[in-house]
Amino acid sequence: MLQRLLIGTLIALMAGPAFADIGRVKTVTGDASIERGGELLKAESGVTLQESDVLVTGPDGKLGVTFVDNSRFSAGPDSRVELSRFRFNATTHDGEFDTRLRKGSLAIISGQIAKRKPDAMKVRTPSSILGVRGTEFVVEVSQ
Amino acid sequence: MRVLAVLALLLLAACARDTVTLLPGGAGGTGAVAVLDEDGGAVAVIDQPYQVGKVGGIQVSTETTSAEEVAAAYGALLEALPPKPAVFVLYFREGSTRLTDGSLPNLERLLREVDARPGAEVQVTGHTDTVGKVEDNDVLSRDRADVVRQTLIGRGLPPDLVIAVGRGEREPVVQTEDEVDEPQNRRVEVTVR
Repeated sequence: MLQRLLIGTLIALMAGPAFADIGRVKTVTGDASIERGGELLKAESGVTLQESDVLVTGPDGKLGVTFVDNSRFSAGPDSRVELSRFRFNATTHDGEFDTRLRKGSLAIISGQIAKRKPDAMKVRTPSSILGVRGTEFVVEVSQ
Repeated sequence: MRVLAVLALLLLAACARDTVTLLPGGAGGTGAVAVLDEDGGAVAVIDQPYQVGKVGGIQVSTETTSAEEVAAAYGALLEALPPKPAVFVLYFREGSTRLTDGSLPNLERLLREVDARPGAEVQVTGHTDTVGKVEDNDVLSRDRADVVRQTLIGRGLPPDLVIAVGRGEREPVVQTEDEVDEPQNRRVEVTVR
């Protein structure tokens, strides 16, 4: 256990803060925020995102995000988008990117993770699982 | 029992429906979105431009929409997508971490691009040709990226906005045999996001 903690700490130190960032907020319209570990952060352009963050928009809100593998998202009004899992090796481009769209709408332009391996990028809705094979598309969840 | 199961599936499909609209992609052409079962197997593939999948679990029906309908339904959403990352290429002298003179104007262009983008960050990716061992090229490519990163920081970019990575010889611009000296492959790509 201690060993695992030590290794975890070492990896965290080597990677530095820049590598923990999985992406950045680029565009914000209306009411939009980021939920992180129970805290609600105001979404502003330049804000960095981490794995497990949740993008939340209000009735007039929209949020545009670019990830470190060059994937791009925009979340429409009344949306809830969980960035459940994001792993990316910038040298090999191997990775895994799981998003949960709980409600609302999401436009996606996939990046290097999906290009390297089909279905390594997935979008889950309350009812379905979508595998991304290098593309631009929109998902909308109807309540 | 079977009737009940079928009914349950139908109900699921009827009440929890997702709409997946595939758009014509950029440089790589239109891609595809697969509807997967719990084990990751594809039960349907949406792969035509403007094809729409109505999806509830593994129940999928498809129809076709148009550019006009997409603009009406999703125009504002698509406008909120951040701009495509911009890539600037800088070249190196053989086996070294020194830029060629011809690469200097591109350095100025990329600095202007950073100023023009809200919330911009920069990734510097080093590449090599196929001369030398794969592992050595990973190190050399990272060294080249570090040189450019330091240059950008020297020109005023905040250190936490600039990351350096090495791709070694994995992504040549010009495909060659192993051990080929190719100036076009000895490069650093600077991505402004």
